[in-house]
This record gives sequence, C-alpha cells and structure tokens, in this order.
Amino acid sequence: MSDSPADLKYTKSHEWVRTLADGNVEVGITDHAQSALGDLVFVEVPEAGKSLKAGDTFAVVESVKAASDVYAPVAGTVVEGNAALGGQPELINSEPYKGGWIMVLKPSGEPQGLLSAAEYQAHLAAEG
Amino acid sequence: MPFIPHTPKDVTDMLAAIGARSIDDLFDEIPKELRIESLAGIPDALNEMQIGRLMSARAAQDGTPLNFIGAGAYEHHIPSAVWAITTRGEFYSAYTPYQAEASQGTLQLIYEYQTMITSLTGMDVSNASLYDGGSAVAEASLMAIRTHRRSKSQRILVPSTLNPNYRKASLATTAGQGVRIEEIPCPKGHLSVADLEKYKGEDITALVIQQPNFFGVLEDVDALTDFAQANGWIVIASVNPTSLGVLKPPGEWGTRGADIACGDCQPLGVPLSSGGPYAGFLTAKMDHVRQMPGRIVGRTVDMSGHQGFALTLQAREQHIRRGKATSNICTNQGLLITAATIYLSLIGPEGLARVANECHARTQELVNALTRIKGVKVAFDRPRFHEAVLLLDRPVAPVIAALAQRGIIGGYDLSNDYPELGNALLVCATETRTPADIQTYADALADTLKAAVRAA
Amino acid sequence: MAMQKHPEKIIFEYSRPGRGSYAQFPTEHDTPNTVAADIPENLRRKKPAALLPEVSELEVVRHFTKLSQLNFSIDTHFYPLGSCTMKYNPKACNQYAMLPGFLNRHPLAPDAAGQGFLACMFELQEMLKEVTGMQGVALSPMAGAHGEFAGVAMIRAYHRARGDLARNEIIVPDAAHGTNPATATMCGCAVKEIPTKDDGDIDVEALKQVVGPNTAGIMLTNPSTCGVFERRIKDVAKIVHDAGGLLYYDGANLNAILGKVRPGDMGFDVIHMNLHKTFSTPHGGGGPGAGAVGVSSRLLPFMPIPVVGREAVVGKDGDQYRWLTEKDLPQSIGRLSAFMGNAGVLLRAYIYMRMLGREGMHRVGEFATLNANYLMAVLAKKGFEPAYPGRRASHEFIITAKKQKDTLGVTAMDFAKRLLDYGFHAPTTYFPLLVPECLLIEPTETESKEALDGFIDAMVAIQKEAESQADLVKSAPHTMTVRRLDDVRAARQLDLTWKGPQELRSA
Repeated sequence: MSDSPADLKYTKSHEWVRTLADGNVEVGITDHAQSALGDLVFVEVPEAGKSLKAGDTFAVVESVKAASDVYAPVAGTVVEGNAALGGQPELINSEPYKGGWIMVLKPSGEPQGLLSAAEYQAHLAAEG
Repeated sequence: MPFIPHTPKDVTDMLAAIGARSIDDLFDEIPKELRIESLAGIPDALNEMQIGRLMSARAAQDGTPLNFIGAGAYEHHIPSAVWAITTRGEFYSAYTPYQAEASQGTLQLIYEYQTMITSLTGMDVSNASLYDGGSAVAEASLMAIRTHRRSKSQRILVPSTLNPNYRKASLATTAGQGVRIEEIPCPKGHLSVADLEKYKGEDITALVIQQPNFFGVLEDVDALTDFAQANGWIVIASVNPTSLGVLKPPGEWGTRGADIACGDCQPLGVPLSSGGPYAGFLTAKMDHVRQMPGRIVGRTVDMSGHQGFALTLQAREQHIRRGKATSNICTNQGLLITAATIYLSLIGPEGLARVANECHARTQELVNALTRIKGVKVAFDRPRFHEAVLLLDRPVAPVIAALAQRGIIGGYDLSNDYPELGNALLVCATETRTPADIQTYADALADTLKAAVRAA
Repeated sequence: MAMQKHPEKIIFEYSRPGRGSYAQFPTEHDTPNTVAADIPENLRRKKPAALLPEVSELEVVRHFTKLSQLNFSIDTHFYPLGSCTMKYNPKACNQYAMLPGFLNRHPLAPDAAGQGFLACMFELQEMLKEVTGMQGVALSPMAGAHGEFAGVAMIRAYHRARGDLARNEIIVPDAAHGTNPATATMCGCAVKEIPTKDDGDIDVEALKQVVGPNTAGIMLTNPSTCGVFERRIKDVAKIVHDAGGLLYYDGANLNAILGKVRPGDMGFDVIHMNLHKTFSTPHGGGGPGAGAVGVSSRLLPFMPIPVVGREAVVGKDGDQYRWLTEKDLPQSIGRLSAFMGNAGVLLRAYIYMRMLGREGMHRVGEFATLNANYLMAVLAKKGFEPAYPGRRASHEFIITAKKQKDTLGVTAMDFAKRLLDYGFHAPTTYFPLLVPECLLIEPTETESKEALDGFIDAMVAIQKEAESQADLVKSAPHTMTVRRLDDVRAARQLDLTWKGPQELRSA
C-alpha cells in the first residue's frame, strides 16, 4: 500500500496538493504515481509566472519506459518550479511529498473536487 | 518454393499439430467475400539466374556516364572496405537495437558515429540519423519551434540559396502544424545581413543557413549567425559534411555557434544510387537534446559495472510518447550511418581535408575550363566551395540532353527552380573527376554549343 | 551455449597521430594539404575535427567486423520479433541492386539516362497496386512512419480540397503502433483513441460513438497488433465512410495476408507498405526502410511527388518513363525528401517481388500464417498462455507471461533476455501495452519447422528454469558481451559522445 499523508489533498490523476501558510499551494505527484512510473530520469518543471487553468498540463515526468503529464489540480499562477529536480529527478522517487514537490502555485480560486487521503486510497483500491 | 523451407511432410505435421485440415483453414476468420484467388497482374517468378540477367540488362541500359552534378548528392570515392563491412549480414539484417544485449555492435557503432559527427560539426549531441538532408531541415525546424518557447510565430526563414528540395520537403512536412516556411529572395546568390534587417523586431523562430549554399557560394556565416541570435532567432545550419574538412564547423559560427546543425551523410561513403538511401544527420547544442527527434544512443554500465551501450532518452519517441512524441520517426537510415562511420574512420581528419581540398581544386579547374568556351560564364563572383553556377548563352535543357547523348551528365538545370537566373547550370567536380574527365567535358560542351550554332 | 564474447574497444582508442588509411586519400600523404587561397580565412576550419580517428585500414576492418559480431541478425539467428517481419533477405536482392549502373546514377540525371532504373520503379508501382488492390502507388516515403505521414497528409488534403475544413480528428485503436498517433499529431490532427475488446477486435460500438463531422479518418493495422484479423472490417469501413471519414491501412502486418486479401478490397482508401518487412529488404540495424503508399482513386491527385509515369513517345518504339512532379500533380501533398526516396531499397523490393512472382506471393501469407499458428499451438500445449486463445493467429501471436510473473516472479522481459542465452533473438516485449507481460512472436515464412521446434524447446527449458532457479532467468542474459544495462543511468548521466579514455565513473 502506497503512502498518502492525511494532511494533503489529492486528485484522481495522482497529484497531491499542500496548502501553505501564505495561501499558496505546493503540488507534486503521489507515492503511488512515482512507484508506477519507476525511476524518474527527467522532470520538466514549469516556469514562474505561467498561468494555469485547472486540468492544464504543467509538468512532464519521465522514467526510462514511460512519460506522463502532470495536471494542475487548481487554477492559478506558478510561483516557483522546483529547480532541484533538474539535477535530481530521483527526489520524486525518494521523497515524493517533501523534496519531490514540483511547483508552488498561487491559486486564483478555491480548489474544487479534491480528494481526502482516505478518498484517494479508496480511489486507488477501485482502480485496482 | 523460393525462400520457404517447408517440405510436404512438414506442412502435414504442422497442420496436424494445429488441428487444421489445410493452410486455407487458417484464414477462416477472414470474411470469404474478401479473399482473393490469384494476382493476375503479377508476372511469373524468375529464378536468381533470370533476375540477374534482367537486372544486369537494366543497369547496363543506364550505363555509367561521366557525372558533373552535385546539387545535394556527390560522387566521391568510396573505399572498398565501407560496403564490404556494411553489407555483412550482422549489420545488414539486424533490426533496430531495442534488445541492447544482442545489439552491442550496432549500438557502439552509433555511439562512435555520434562522436564523429558532433566533432565534425562542432556541436554537442547527435541523433542516430534521419531520412535525408531534406527531411533533416524539416525536423530541425520543428525542433527549433519546440525549443524556442517564447517565439509563438512558428516562422522559419529560409534563404532562396537553400537547396530548393530541402525547402519543399520542409514545407510538406511542417504545413499541417501551421509552420510558416518563408523564403528570402537572394538574387545575388548569397544571403546578406541586409536581407535580414527587415525582419528585425519581428517574432521569428529560426533562420536556416546552408553552407556552402545550393549554388556552392560561401555564406558569411559569422555575421548571419550573430545577427539572427542577437534578434532571438534559433540558427539552423545545413552543411555538407565533406566541406567540414576545411570549412568552419557550425558550432563555431559567429560568437555562440549555430544552435542546430544538420545535413546529409551521403558524401561520406554512400553511393549516388538515384537519390537514396542516404542518411540525414541532426546535431545540436546540449540544451536542446530533449527536443531532438529520433533515436539516441548512450554509454552506460551493465549489472557487473562493465561498459555497454543502449538507446536512451526514449521518452521523446513515438513508442513511448505516442501523440506527444518529438516526431513520428521510427525506422531511420541506420545502415547508411554504418557506412558513413566506416568511411570517416578510414578517411580520418587528414583524408577528409584532402578530399575537400581536392574537390574544390577540381571544381575550380572545371569552371576555368568551361568558362574558356564562348557563351559560358560564371554567375556569382564570390568565394565558393566545390560547386558553381554557370550561365549559358542559350537554354540549358537541350545542351544537357545533347551532352547526355555523349555519356556526360553535364550539370543540373536551374531554370525550373530559379527562372530569374536565366540559363543557369549548376556544376560540380569531386575528387573522382580527373583532369582528363574535365577536358572531355569541356570538349563536348564546346562541340555541343558549336553544333547548335551551326544548326541554327 | 556460446562463450561470453570480449567487448571491443572504442575506435578512438586505436587512434595514433599520423596514422591513416592512406590508400583512400585522393592525394599522396607527403604532398601538401593546403586550403585554396580563395576560401576566406574567417570561413575556414581552424583545427581538424578532434574525434575523427587516425587508424590504419586493417584496424578499421577488424574493429567494425568485431562490432558486427556483437549483433544478432537474421543471417545468424532466429529473430521472431513481432510486428517486424524479420524474414530472410535474399542475397540476390542486394547484389543486383548494387550493380554499377544503379549505384552511380545521379538522382538529378536526365530521365533519358535512367530508363533502366525507371522501368524497375514503374513495374514496382504496378505490382504493389496489384497486391494491395489500390489505384495508385507512390514510392518516395522512406520508412513506415514516413508513409504514414504521407497517408494522413493526403487524407487531410482530400478533406480540405472539398472545403471540409472541420475534419481534423484521427481515430486510432489503443493497441496501435506509437507511430499512428505521433503521425496524426505531425499532420496537425487530434487523436481519438478507441478501445480493443477482449477478443482482440476493436470495439465497434465505441467507434460509432466517436465518429462524426470532425472525423478525418481512422488508422488501422489489419491483422492488428494483437495478432488477429479484424473480423468486422467491413462494418468498420462502412461506419467511418458513412461519417465522411477515410480509412488508413498501416501495412506493418501486410505479410500476414499477402496474396490472400487486399486492403483495397477491405475498403481502405490509403495504405503504406513497409517494404523492409513484407518485401524483405533489410532492416540494417534500424533502416533504411521504404514506406511506399497506395491510394484509392479519390486520393490519386494528392500523392507525394515524385511518382514514375509511363508515356508513349511520338516517333519512337516503346514507352518512356519519367518522374512526375508538381506540374503533373498540382494538388500533391508535395515532396517529403530531397530526391525520390530510398531508391536502392526499392530496387531490392522489386527484385524480391519478381523472384516470388505470381505463384510465390500468396505463399508468403500462407506459410507465415502456418508458422505462427504452429508455434502458437505447440507453445499452448506446452503450457504457455496465448493472449487470444479462441482466435487464429495471423502471422504473429501473443503469449502472456502474466501467470509466470504472478506465481514465479519471472516476467516477459526475463524470458526475452534468457532466450538470448539460448541463441534466439527475443520476441517483441510489452507491446501492445494492453496485454500484460506480453511477448509478441512473429516467426515469418522463411523459418523451417526445426527452427520453430528449437525455439519451443528453449521456451520450455526456460519455463523449467523459472520454476526451479528463477534467479538464473531473472539475471539473464549470461552469455552476451554485456549483461543487463543500466538504462536509468544512461538517461540520468548522459554520455552520448566519447570524450576521452577515462574510465566510466562507478555507478
């Protein structure tokens, strides 16, 4: 069973969302997602200032055998992409919820339709 | 049965194992009305003796005329070792090296190729080939668009001095994606910075510079590169690899060097062969590596820590990225870069410079010999390499036809692609043309022009 | 089992300053090698390319011969790589395509000086029309994906010529080759995927849902990448045509039906043929291929140029052949490469087709299918699981190693790697993606029953190993020059060109 911390929100497409003290949100991909992809070899992180609609592709994560788009869980403007992933994409494998964050976003509205940790676990179980 | 080893007993035993009565039963899932009984339009089979006779007759019909065309395909000496090794079954009949452990020969060869071609072009990275020099310009243009994210225009500037077939291939390849390939007229036979001034301040994605250009004229690559990059355009170089034996590599053009350099490996050990198979090369600065199309080989280690080679960065490619891949290219021109790599190994840095210098000298001799004939002059009086445009005092096509009757392929008629140049003929002599060959051509051309005058 | 081979040095490690293959130089080594004065100083190369090797001719020959020996190939090994049709490439095709008259012909030489070559090309076009049931053939695309591009570009041009501008969606089954969606994107079209059903046929109900006024066409491989014939092909054709779309045939699997069924008769409007598969031109370690396209009458005006035409000449006996250009085909999608395609490959395909002849053509489909069904039937009897057990195999079939993975921890990849130790090239693995632990096996018609039996014996032996000493299989191969390679390192620490004799840093 993959790890999904209770203090985060999730999407069905396997992103996690952490609300920061300043109201911005940090976004990454879940432990389940990194495990399914395998060892990551490259992450394309978004540039600061880019504006996103909910559901837009904002990053691409690549392993040796697969590449996957990462979707914005909520609309907003990119505050920062995680530059460390440029040299160390494996951070997403080793610490998906800490050093493996992909971007910080300034949301333009209230997030809609995100899942709790329990709901995400149920979703994973249903996906099989 | 040609190429099918089955004996009647094999067939009986195999059908029994399957549980089918006849081979035809194996097609019983195909709707009956779709099945065909015969192919009336296919001729009778020929055995190897018969096909050998037919092909020898067809090849003899075309003969081996004395060739003075370049125009993107060059008749160079090809060392015997090149095709003796390239056609070894282990290279010739292997597949794309997906199964790395069983393909180390091909993979290491590609790694060596990547090393040689980047060293030659002065760039950082190379792919494992594209179809040809024309499709390479098309792919380089699409790559420039992916790389240059700030440019939204998808406008690619190409001077009229670019091989017109390269421009046409780029147009056909990129049109569906809304790319605009815009031609810059170059009536003086070269592109100048003045021609680019009017685009200053506009959103241009990339500029293509061919060196030497289609007319053999040398472009002022430093100034052009600097101007383009100062205006935020990507610079795509299209170069003849033989010329890089003596000409400045694209990686050193201007202050920063070209961003992408491509071309055709044909001059490196690949026969003319009516236009193919050749091999496009595509090289770039390291920053652009993830936007490259096609296969790339990397060196790595195996489970025991020993050196080995494998396809890498495959997430760019269609078999993984599908609709979001950098290109749809799958099969490339692997066997031709096998030939090119063996050629470059044999010819080496000194040999390549000697070939380049010799080609240039022979072309200068050719131009001198031909322009001594009344009614023939040089079109562009500028530094050139290994190819030149001549102007005749009458239409070119009948002259070429008359020369062909005498076993001489006298050059490429530019009147279709460049009507504004008048009676223009593009000629080339490589190291394979001897002074006697050049004299033969000059005599035949003089005769032809005189005969035409007498006939008139 | 073969002994482990010794790896070969990198060519640059043989290089010594001042050495060379002097017999290949155009001028004597001891004469000056000076750049002509008329080439301006600022346009010259300042120093020679550092990484062109300086080696003797024997060193070159020995090095590349040794490299070749590190490859598996059709000439040396059974190569049942699914979807790739690795059949024998007759030596005659190579020898007679390399006659001097063909090799020395310049692509821009006058047509009058190339009638022998052009006659071969014209006859090749005609033969390909006949075996596919299409109305026109263009030879210039250089590979399957290049042919796909030409095909989809023609579909797009057809709709646009009719003012039908909204049609920009290309439908592809989820099991399609990656080139299909990638091609659609390159042509500026959107991709719509439809699912494959459990029996290997596409989901016709899902197709009905997805077609509409935006449908440009559908791209299908038939037999499909699942190794089975699409039985409802006529319904599929009707649904797509009724919606105003066209049908594209991906010819990757044409070998299965050669001489038995024709794409044109199934209702396809445009097809590409992989001449390097069905017509036995070599794969060359990744090309060159040839991806000739065939079209129905409505797409004739849009064919890529050049195409070979034949015409009678006034006052002359016999016909004359010439390249048709944009002047002859003003609605053409244009030129896809600098010249006229992979002519040397086309010659090889021509020779192969003439050697097969009328009576040999249908044997290709028949014996390819016989070999595949035999192999599938015997492997099934030995306990391997076909992915579509109720179906006939086409020229290829899928074995799923899901059971082996779940019970023994041995994957399809492990079987593939262990097969190398037994002297067999691996089948295609993990494609199509929708079958778990997939081994796509295509024996081709040129393999003997004994070769197939040898492969079966190896699979059975590996199964026994998997049951008793799984680690042996999971760590295979053991007899190649290298063991399994670190792909992650290859992608993370890019080493794409040789930079010097330093040892690889430890992993």
